Amino acid sequence: MTRWGLGRGGGFFLVLVALPLFGLQHWVVNLLVFVLMYATMSSAWNLVGGFAGYPSLGHAAFFGIGAYTMALMFHGDVLGSGYEPFIMLPVIALVAAAIGVPIALVSMRTRADVFAIVTITFLFMVQTLAFNLRSLTGGSQGISLPIPPFDAATFERPFYYVLVLLLAVAMLLTFGALHSKVGLALVAVRADEDKARGVGVRVTGVKVLAFSVSVGLTAMVGAVWSYYESFIYPQFAVDPLITIAVVLMTFLGGRATLWGPVLGAFILEAGQQTLAYRLGGSQFYLIAYALVFLVIMLVLPRGILPTLEDRLRMRRRAREVDGAQTPAVELLASDEDKVALPHGGRP
Amino acid sequence: MSALLGVDSVTKVFGGVRAVDGCSLEVAEGTVTGLIGPNGSGKTTLFNIVTGYLRADSGQVQFDAHRVTGTDPGRLYRMGLSRTFQQARVFPQLSVLENLVVAAGYGWSQLFSRRVSRGDRAQAEQLLEEFRLAPVADLLAAELSYGQRKLLEFAAVLMSSPRLVLLDEPTAGVNPVMIETMERHIRSRHAAGITFLVVEHDMTFVMRLCDPVIVLDAGKQIFSGQPAEVQANPQVLDAYLGA
Amino acid sequence: MHALVQGVILGVLTGGVYALMASGQTLIFGIMKVVNLAQGAMVILGAYLAYQLFVSFGIDPFLAIPITTLIMFAVGVAVQLLFLRPLRREDRSELSLLVTFAVALLLEGFMSITWNTSYRSINTGYENASWTVFGYQITQVRLWAFLLSLAALGLLFLLLNRTRFGRAVRATVQNPDSARLLGVESDRVAALGFGLGAATAAAAGSVYGLLYPFNSGSHYDLISRLLSIVVLGGLGSVGGAVVAAVIVSTSSAIVASTVSPSWSEMTFFVILMLVLLVRPQGLFGTVGRGAL
Repeated sequence: MTRWGLGRGGGFFLVLVALPLFGLQHWVVNLLVFVLMYATMSSAWNLVGGFAGYPSLGHAAFFGIGAYTMALMFHGDVLGSGYEPFIMLPVIALVAAAIGVPIALVSMRTRADVFAIVTITFLFMVQTLAFNLRSLTGGSQGISLPIPPFDAATFERPFYYVLVLLLAVAMLLTFGALHSKVGLALVAVRADEDKARGVGVRVTGVKVLAFSVSVGLTAMVGAVWSYYESFIYPQFAVDPLITIAVVLMTFLGGRATLWGPVLGAFILEAGQQTLAYRLGGSQFYLIAYALVFLVIMLVLPRGILPTLEDRLRMRRRAREVDGAQTPAVELLASDEDKVALPHGGRP
Repeated sequence: MSALLGVDSVTKVFGGVRAVDGCSLEVAEGTVTGLIGPNGSGKTTLFNIVTGYLRADSGQVQFDAHRVTGTDPGRLYRMGLSRTFQQARVFPQLSVLENLVVAAGYGWSQLFSRRVSRGDRAQAEQLLEEFRLAPVADLLAAELSYGQRKLLEFAAVLMSSPRLVLLDEPTAGVNPVMIETMERHIRSRHAAGITFLVVEHDMTFVMRLCDPVIVLDAGKQIFSGQPAEVQANPQVLDAYLGA
Repeated sequence: MHALVQGVILGVLTGGVYALMASGQTLIFGIMKVVNLAQGAMVILGAYLAYQLFVSFGIDPFLAIPITTLIMFAVGVAVQLLFLRPLRREDRSELSLLVTFAVALLLEGFMSITWNTSYRSINTGYENASWTVFGYQITQVRLWAFLLSLAALGLLFLLLNRTRFGRAVRATVQNPDSARLLGVESDRVAALGFGLGAATAAAAGSVYGLLYPFNSGSHYDLISRLLSIVVLGGLGSVGGAVVAAVIVSTSSAIVASTVSPSWSEMTFFVILMLVLLVRPQGLFGTVGRGAL
């Protein structure tokens, strides 16, 4: 399975790397750039929202923090090669993580819903600040970045490849989480945090770790986006719709899986761009989006991949039972089964 | 006297109800101490305080000659004090084997090691063998029966080689065969040097297994002694039968 | 000093209105453990309804409240039945966050199509009248809004404490499982509770429309304030939400009048973080951590 998984990952990234070389039209590469952004952010969100079970609704704030940090770093500069902003990406990740850690420390002490509330409140506060701190952000007038001095014919490529790299990092981290004890700890936290605490899991540590890595990645995507756009406004840099898109993509593909968020991003972002194109970015777009969201939540709450996985598991199990093997399992499972509920009467 | 666990005048009030009321007790090293009492006498609250899940309003808890009042459950677990829950809490999305591995020690460096390291696996497989859970090692914990989950939870807290294990109603809701199994495991682990504090409603189980037995009533210890004396003690009878 | 007192007066008066909005939200949480992210959108929808009744029929926003609350009650019940009830019990609290977020977007989309996105305000002709007391300005409409919010809150308290429905609600808040055993129909309580939460949003919306200009995106401004208030007050505690609303809006008004309005938005968040630091369960919350 691991070899097959490795092949799958390698193949996927080979295709991604090769794609722009086929002389795709600008709008296609542009679409891919946005798909990659969302795939990276969904993978990042998945680390904390999927694995740890703490649904952050504030990731758009960190996207915006990344975008504005990048803008403030290079506002008014004249670029040489045009690659300087990309080199600063790790610094931006650190800035975002430094902001994220205290928020995580305070808001993850309680429960998932309080965490969601604190993060969404943070999102709106950052948005208001982006509007209000005019001397810094230019307020609703926006702020400009240097124009990337890239060849017009292949203008998107540097952004595209940087995003491929970021997606690779996000997926490697996810892979690491799945195959290390961190991942085990995160799943335990999601399943039953109090119990996890009681068996020595470093609950606070892994939660804060997951959150800061997650927001660091998100901020880097925001930074790349701001450079790509060259001019950013508060309502687009700190947009609740970004949060909601990222969450939705992760849910659609499947939480706490490696490929789920990526799959969700490829399906939804492509669909979204089409919708936005067809409906002209009008308000119908908002309604259509909300309806898609609701349908996914109600019809496929666990996501595509976990649902498929369950099917496979069931089929395998059925085959095993047909083969009438492992009498030990039968014996153990039958000799005492849910005799009764534990009797009540807790002091 | 070598008290492994000492509880000293601990009080906990929930909205006017004194769930634990100046309770003091000791658990000597090497015993299987029973903790009984009528419903509402504060057993589970006391458990939660001792294991760090609840903060006492006043009083002290000592473990292994350290003051551990208000210490985080995870830290206590790493110090060698672990517990099980009344409702058999396991991680349903993890496999049976992983349920043991997740409880196996958390140095920061270990966190970034393999999900199931070779050492962890060996230790877990040994325990699964002992608890006869080896055939189901790769099932999800969600697929186990209730009794098996109780066994699994018990086995998991042994991963850290604890010195004191608090069992919260180990036989509640399981059938007689499983009760015997549970008793056998407690005995063999006791023989291997682990001290137990057991909350239990099943009196015959307590009388067979525990010595000494501590009786709580209204958040206080009203009796502590050999099981044979418990039934003869008028105060205890009062607590169970009286108002 | 003058600015400070003026800030306090403004804060307390505004706090009453926020208390009304937040009471509905905290009620919904108490009954169903659902954090309703659409509460802000419901308030704005209430404001639009009041606006439309005023423009089309000349009905005063204060008098329109019985009508708008009825409409929004139906909207609330519909949301609960259509979108929340079908969720599985295990992951309801997590999914409901996202579902109500989607409902907020749905309402926003609906409002921006119906009324487009330009700002609206309800010009009754009395919105600028004010009294001057000891040199402090008190806008009449703010005072009426405050009194009306108090009245609506009073009504809510009576409803919760004096009626069978209220008893069922309180039982559900305290212990959903035993409430069910005692014959409380949780589905019906949830639907009515959500309706009631939406109805308070409608009443608050009328008032909000009188006080501020609004458009379909205004619910974003509201939701973070409401959420901070609800968490501060202790999720599920109506009384706590009222106190928290007054505290938060007073301190935000003080910051606005003494420091700068730009930073007043931050006060919500800073207070929220500080309180969570000391009391993770909120000021008046009783729910401890986790399910032990």
